[in-house]
Amino acid sequence: MHPLIEWSAAALIVIAAFFLLVGAIGLARLPDFFMRLHAPTKASTLGVGGVLLASMLVAFSQGRPGIAELLITLFVFVTAPVSANLMAQAALHLNLASRARVPDGAVPERRKG
Amino acid sequence: MNALDIALNIGVAAVTVAVVLCAWRLLRGPEMTDRLLALDTLYMNAVALIVLLGIRWNTALLFEAALLVAMLGFASTVALARYLSRGDVVE
Repeated sequence: MHPLIEWSAAALIVIAAFFLLVGAIGLARLPDFFMRLHAPTKASTLGVGGVLLASMLVAFSQGRPGIAELLITLFVFVTAPVSANLMAQAALHLNLASRARVPDGAVPERRKG
Repeated sequence: MNALDIALNIGVAAVTVAVVLCAWRLLRGPEMTDRLLALDTLYMNAVALIVLLGIRWNTALLFEAALLVAMLGFASTVALARYLSRGDVVE
Protein backbone atom coordinates (compact mmCIF):
# COMPACT_ATOMS: atom_id res chain seq x y z
CA MET A 1 0.00 0.00 0.00
CA HIS A 2 1.27 3.44 -0.90
CA PRO A 3 2.33 5.34 2.24
CA LEU A 4 0.38 8.44 1.22
CA ILE A 5 -2.86 6.45 0.93
CA GLU A 6 -2.12 4.66 4.18
CA TRP A 7 -1.46 7.86 6.13
CA SER A 8 -4.49 9.64 4.72
CA ALA A 9 -6.71 6.65 5.53
CA ALA A 10 -5.29 6.57 9.07
CA ALA A 11 -5.91 10.31 9.51
CA LEU A 12 -9.49 9.93 8.21
CA ILE A 13 -10.15 7.09 10.65
CA VAL A 14 -8.85 9.08 13.62
CA ILE A 15 -10.90 12.18 12.66
CA ALA A 16 -14.02 10.04 12.14
CA ALA A 17 -13.52 8.32 15.50
CA PHE A 18 -13.28 11.75 17.14
CA PHE A 19 -16.57 12.83 15.57
CA LEU A 20 -18.34 9.60 16.55
CA LEU A 21 -17.12 10.02 20.12
CA VAL A 22 -18.25 13.67 20.21
CA GLY A 23 -21.71 12.65 18.97
CA ALA A 24 -22.07 9.99 21.65
CA ILE A 25 -20.82 12.32 24.41
CA GLY A 26 -23.35 14.92 23.26
CA LEU A 27 -26.08 12.29 23.31
CA ALA A 28 -25.16 11.31 26.86
CA ARG A 29 -24.47 14.73 28.36
CA LEU A 30 -26.73 17.42 26.83
CA PRO A 31 -29.66 18.51 29.03
CA ASP A 32 -32.85 18.12 26.97
CA PHE A 33 -34.05 16.09 24.00
CA PHE A 34 -33.98 18.83 21.39
CA MET A 35 -30.34 19.54 22.23
CA ARG A 36 -29.53 15.83 22.33
CA LEU A 37 -31.03 15.47 18.85
CA HIS A 38 -28.31 17.72 17.43
CA ALA A 39 -25.24 15.80 18.56
CA PRO A 40 -25.64 12.30 17.06
CA THR A 41 -27.53 13.24 13.91
CA LYS A 42 -24.77 15.50 12.64
CA ALA A 43 -21.53 14.43 14.29
CA SER A 44 -22.16 10.69 14.01
CA THR A 45 -23.19 11.01 10.36
CA LEU A 46 -19.92 12.79 9.63
CA GLY A 47 -18.04 10.10 11.59
CA VAL A 48 -19.61 7.26 9.62
CA GLY A 49 -18.85 9.14 6.40
CA GLY A 50 -15.19 9.52 7.37
CA VAL A 51 -14.83 5.83 8.22
CA LEU A 52 -16.42 4.85 4.89
CA LEU A 53 -14.14 7.28 3.00
CA ALA A 54 -11.10 5.67 4.61
CA SER A 55 -12.46 2.24 3.70
CA MET A 56 -12.93 3.37 0.08
CA LEU A 57 -9.31 4.60 -0.01
CA VAL A 58 -8.07 1.22 1.24
CA ALA A 59 -10.29 -0.62 -1.25
CA PHE A 60 -9.03 1.51 -4.17
CA SER A 61 -5.42 0.85 -3.17
CA GLN A 62 -6.12 -2.89 -3.28
CA GLY A 63 -7.80 -2.68 -6.68
CA ARG A 64 -11.38 -3.22 -5.51
CA PRO A 65 -13.98 -0.76 -6.79
CA GLY A 66 -15.55 -0.06 -3.38
CA ILE A 67 -19.15 0.12 -4.59
CA ALA A 68 -20.62 -1.15 -1.31
CA GLU A 69 -18.91 1.62 0.67
CA LEU A 70 -20.25 4.22 -1.74
CA LEU A 71 -23.76 2.77 -1.35
CA ILE A 72 -23.55 2.84 2.45
CA THR A 73 -22.27 6.44 2.39
CA LEU A 74 -25.08 7.61 0.11
CA PHE A 75 -27.68 5.74 2.14
CA VAL A 76 -26.48 7.11 5.49
CA PHE A 77 -26.24 10.68 4.20
CA VAL A 78 -29.72 10.54 2.66
CA THR A 79 -31.52 8.83 5.54
CA ALA A 80 -29.95 10.53 8.58
CA PRO A 81 -31.79 13.88 8.13
CA VAL A 82 -35.06 12.07 7.39
CA SER A 83 -34.93 10.02 10.59
CA ALA A 84 -33.85 13.07 12.60
CA ASN A 85 -36.82 15.01 11.22
CA LEU A 86 -39.21 12.19 12.12
CA MET A 87 -37.80 11.97 15.66
CA ALA A 88 -38.19 15.75 16.07
CA GLN A 89 -41.80 15.47 14.86
CA ALA A 90 -42.45 12.72 17.40
CA ALA A 91 -40.93 14.85 20.17
CA LEU A 92 -43.06 17.85 19.15
CA HIS A 93 -46.13 15.64 19.16
CA LEU A 94 -45.32 14.34 22.63
CA ASN A 95 -44.82 17.98 23.78
CA LEU A 96 -41.46 17.33 25.42
CA ALA A 97 -40.03 19.96 27.74
CA SER A 98 -37.45 22.19 26.12
CA ARG A 99 -35.02 24.53 27.85
CA ALA A 100 -35.17 27.00 25.00
CA ARG A 101 -38.36 29.05 24.82
CA VAL A 102 -40.24 28.25 21.64
CA PRO A 103 -41.24 31.45 19.79
CA ASP A 104 -44.98 32.15 19.45
CA GLY A 105 -46.46 30.67 16.30
CA ALA A 106 -43.42 28.51 15.51
CA VAL A 107 -45.35 25.31 16.19
CA PRO A 108 -48.57 24.96 14.19
CA GLU A 109 -51.70 24.37 16.25
CA ARG A 110 -52.92 20.81 16.39
CA ARG A 111 -56.56 19.88 16.30
CA LYS A 112 -57.76 18.27 19.50
CA GLY A 113 -59.08 14.74 19.33
CA MET B 1 2.66 -2.03 13.50
CA ASN B 2 2.05 0.63 10.89
CA ALA B 3 -0.01 3.82 10.94
CA LEU B 4 -3.21 2.22 9.67
CA ASP B 5 -3.21 -0.40 12.44
CA ILE B 6 -2.71 2.25 15.12
CA ALA B 7 -5.51 4.34 13.63
CA LEU B 8 -7.78 1.28 13.51
CA ASN B 9 -7.06 0.60 17.19
CA ILE B 10 -7.92 4.20 18.09
CA GLY B 11 -11.07 4.04 15.97
CA VAL B 12 -12.34 0.78 17.45
CA ALA B 13 -11.67 2.06 20.98
CA ALA B 14 -13.52 5.34 20.32
CA VAL B 15 -16.50 3.58 18.73
CA THR B 16 -16.66 1.20 21.69
CA VAL B 17 -16.79 4.11 24.14
CA ALA B 18 -19.48 5.71 21.95
CA VAL B 19 -21.52 2.47 22.02
CA VAL B 20 -21.30 2.39 25.84
CA LEU B 21 -22.49 6.02 26.07
CA CYS B 22 -25.39 5.31 23.69
CA ALA B 23 -26.37 2.21 25.68
CA TRP B 24 -26.36 4.31 28.85
CA ARG B 25 -28.73 6.81 27.22
CA LEU B 26 -30.83 3.92 25.87
CA LEU B 27 -31.26 2.45 29.35
CA ARG B 28 -31.71 5.75 31.19
CA GLY B 29 -33.36 8.08 28.66
CA PRO B 30 -36.23 9.89 30.39
CA GLU B 31 -38.46 9.97 27.29
CA MET B 32 -39.27 7.43 24.60
CA THR B 33 -37.73 9.68 21.94
CA ASP B 34 -34.44 9.65 23.83
CA ARG B 35 -34.37 5.87 23.65
CA LEU B 36 -35.26 6.06 19.95
CA LEU B 37 -32.42 8.51 19.30
CA ALA B 38 -30.00 6.33 21.26
CA LEU B 39 -31.07 3.31 19.19
CA ASP B 40 -30.52 5.24 15.95
CA THR B 41 -27.05 6.29 17.12
CA LEU B 42 -26.28 2.71 18.12
CA TYR B 43 -27.10 1.62 14.56
CA MET B 44 -24.75 4.32 13.22
CA ASN B 45 -21.97 3.16 15.53
CA ALA B 46 -22.57 -0.45 14.54
CA VAL B 47 -22.10 0.48 10.87
CA ALA B 48 -18.86 2.30 11.70
CA LEU B 49 -17.61 -0.64 13.79
CA ILE B 50 -18.38 -3.17 11.05
CA VAL B 51 -16.56 -1.07 8.44
CA LEU B 52 -13.54 -0.64 10.73
CA LEU B 53 -13.36 -4.39 11.33
CA GLY B 54 -13.74 -4.94 7.57
CA ILE B 55 -10.65 -2.79 6.98
CA ARG B 56 -8.75 -4.55 9.76
CA TRP B 57 -9.54 -8.11 8.66
CA ASN B 58 -9.01 -7.14 5.01
CA THR B 59 -12.27 -8.64 3.79
CA ALA B 60 -15.04 -7.23 1.58
CA LEU B 61 -17.69 -9.56 2.96
CA LEU B 62 -18.60 -7.32 5.87
CA PHE B 63 -19.74 -4.33 3.81
CA GLU B 64 -23.00 -5.98 2.78
CA ALA B 65 -23.63 -6.59 6.47
CA ALA B 66 -22.97 -2.89 7.14
CA LEU B 67 -25.40 -1.92 4.37
CA LEU B 68 -28.06 -4.22 5.83
CA VAL B 69 -27.55 -2.79 9.32
CA ALA B 70 -27.88 0.75 7.96
CA MET B 71 -31.12 -0.09 6.13
CA LEU B 72 -32.61 -1.90 9.14
CA GLY B 73 -31.68 1.03 11.35
CA PHE B 74 -33.44 3.52 9.09
CA ALA B 75 -36.55 1.35 8.76
CA SER B 76 -36.84 0.74 12.50
CA THR B 77 -36.25 4.39 13.35
CA VAL B 78 -38.92 5.51 10.88
CA ALA B 79 -41.38 2.90 12.14
CA LEU B 80 -40.86 3.79 15.81
CA ALA B 81 -41.00 7.53 15.17
CA ARG B 82 -44.25 7.12 13.20
CA TYR B 83 -45.62 4.97 16.01
CA LEU B 84 -44.77 7.62 18.60
CA SER B 85 -46.15 10.53 16.61
CA ARG B 86 -49.20 8.97 14.92
CA GLY B 87 -50.12 6.00 17.10
CA ASP B 88 -49.72 3.41 14.36
CA VAL B 89 -47.02 2.56 11.84
CA VAL B 90 -48.98 2.28 8.59
CA GLU B 91 -52.19 4.22 8.22
